[in-house]
Amino acid sequence: MNSLRNKIDKLKPHFSEGGKFAKLRSVFEGFESFMFVPDKVTHTGSHIRDSIDLKRTMTVVIIALVPALLFGVFNAGLQHFRSIGADATVLRCFGFGFLKLLPLIIVSYVTGLGIEFIAAQIRGHEINEGFLVTGLLIPLIMPIDVPLWMLALATAFAVILGKEVFGGTGMNIFNPALLARAFLFFSYPGWMTGDQVWTEGLRNGKNIIDGFSGATPLSLCAAGETAKLPSFMDMFTGTIPGSIGETSVIAILLGALILIITGIGSWKIIVSVFAGGLAMGLFLNAVSVNAYMELPFYYHFVMGGFAFGAVFMATDPVTGAQTEKGKWIYGFLIGFLSILLRVLNPAYPEGMMLAILLMNLFAPLIDYFIIGSSIKRRLKRAKPALNLHAK
Amino acid sequence: MSNMEKEPMFSMKNIKTLTGPLNKNNPITVQVLGICSALAVTVKLKPAIVMALSVTIVVAVSNLVIAAMRKYIPDRIRIIVQLVVIATLVILVDQFLKAYVFDVSKQLSVFVGLIITNCIIMGRLEAFAMANKPWPSFIDGLGNGGGYGIILIVVAFIRELLGSGTIYGYPVIEKLGIYKTGYENNGMVILPPMALILIGLIIWFQRSRNKELIEK
Repeated sequence: MNSLRNKIDKLKPHFSEGGKFAKLRSVFEGFESFMFVPDKVTHTGSHIRDSIDLKRTMTVVIIALVPALLFGVFNAGLQHFRSIGADATVLRCFGFGFLKLLPLIIVSYVTGLGIEFIAAQIRGHEINEGFLVTGLLIPLIMPIDVPLWMLALATAFAVILGKEVFGGTGMNIFNPALLARAFLFFSYPGWMTGDQVWTEGLRNGKNIIDGFSGATPLSLCAAGETAKLPSFMDMFTGTIPGSIGETSVIAILLGALILIITGIGSWKIIVSVFAGGLAMGLFLNAVSVNAYMELPFYYHFVMGGFAFGAVFMATDPVTGAQTEKGKWIYGFLIGFLSILLRVLNPAYPEGMMLAILLMNLFAPLIDYFIIGSSIKRRLKRAKPALNLHAK
Repeated sequence: MSNMEKEPMFSMKNIKTLTGPLNKNNPITVQVLGICSALAVTVKLKPAIVMALSVTIVVAVSNLVIAAMRKYIPDRIRIIVQLVVIATLVILVDQFLKAYVFDVSKQLSVFVGLIITNCIIMGRLEAFAMANKPWPSFIDGLGNGGGYGIILIVVAFIRELLGSGTIYGYPVIEKLGIYKTGYENNGMVILPPMALILIGLIIWFQRSRNKELIEK
């Protein structure tokens, strides 16, 4: 460690102002602060010192994503071997999934970080760790079969038009990872929906055994075939076709636990998303005019991207509501709308992505009204006191 | 008046009236007018070109007509008079399109009629033709129609190429054999939101080249 520190210190003058590589200053700083705690200290005034910076926050989210990632790797292999009717050990499933998933993750990180590095050089910003989480989230919400060039294009779209245009990390209105998915969803629907895309190799039909459909629970429901649904336990553990990281509710709940204990993710948002889904689910159960509406409400929590969205997407501190009361409203409406879109809109089998993007747009408005009402309430409380003073 | 001597037809001032709207004073990217039709008719190049020509003709001729009678239009009813002139011209253009390019006229459908409400035309009449002589007004109309047309054609070119894989109906992507590499047409480019994003990108590009357009 010490030798590394020495080396960095030796290189530093070259990258400071007036040095040989002054233009690459932010790249250097990015690497330095990736290895060591930044040596910059403030000289004036008092500041609250806390070790929880952007880097630490992002690292915790990455750790929270690990269970879902590992299960996604395993499930990619599992679904593949099921589709060709082969028995495979857990290790083989992992191996297969790893080889399939690794290119996706590499492409997502190289594209996104490349653009962020370039943007930071152009604008003279520091490189920050904002993309670390996005870069892992993007592959996790994709079908395993997505072509790499599409993934790169979607990542570029999300980083440039979803983030850099608004001023970079922390300034974006929409969740960049969901924006990448939405871009592909509307651009290449053939690769993002249907029964073929969720299992490796299903599209070209090699060695697929009869009777393997590859349909996700949501597409079964949308087709009205609720009787064919996998069991609740299968959907809970996640051994079903679906986007890479979203299938296992157990793994996602583990991640949620990490986020809540460390205080990185807001438990209020997670709880209220589920509450919103519960309310809509119960309402649909009460109306129940078709098979989909009759589906028990708790099934909605384990199907599709509901749990993943609630834990990892809705809790994004940048795009979500900031006020404490606002978080309840924001989360509730996400859950409520996503089930509504899911069941009542035949065009979109899954509503979570669109519900979160829509509420991202409304989050500032929610905060605006919450703050406004707080100010009004306090003014009311303050007025009698002021009047007393006047007398 | 002492300075009654004739201004040459293409004086510096007139040339500026003509070229200003093409870039620095573009009706779409700078004044942000006429956005709706720019989103609606730019899926393919052919309707976009026809639309650009129609709007140019309407705005130039209505500028000419209004400028010629500007001194006789009572101020309080000027909007109605302007609308009558525009509507007459739009109906003429519509009939012409129906007679000679029926397929494009069908594609453009209601948007030809909606030229009447295109803010660029009313804007030019109010801002320019009501205060200038016929000839400069005509040139101003041509310039603004051209500025509108350029953006329409650029957006339509990108949308047709990426969304349908053709340029003016010619299947370039297929002929070049790009589909075989796994490339696919982008469905989102066909949707109006992407047209809005494209116009945004054009505005971005224009302002990064032209620093005086950047607001403080």
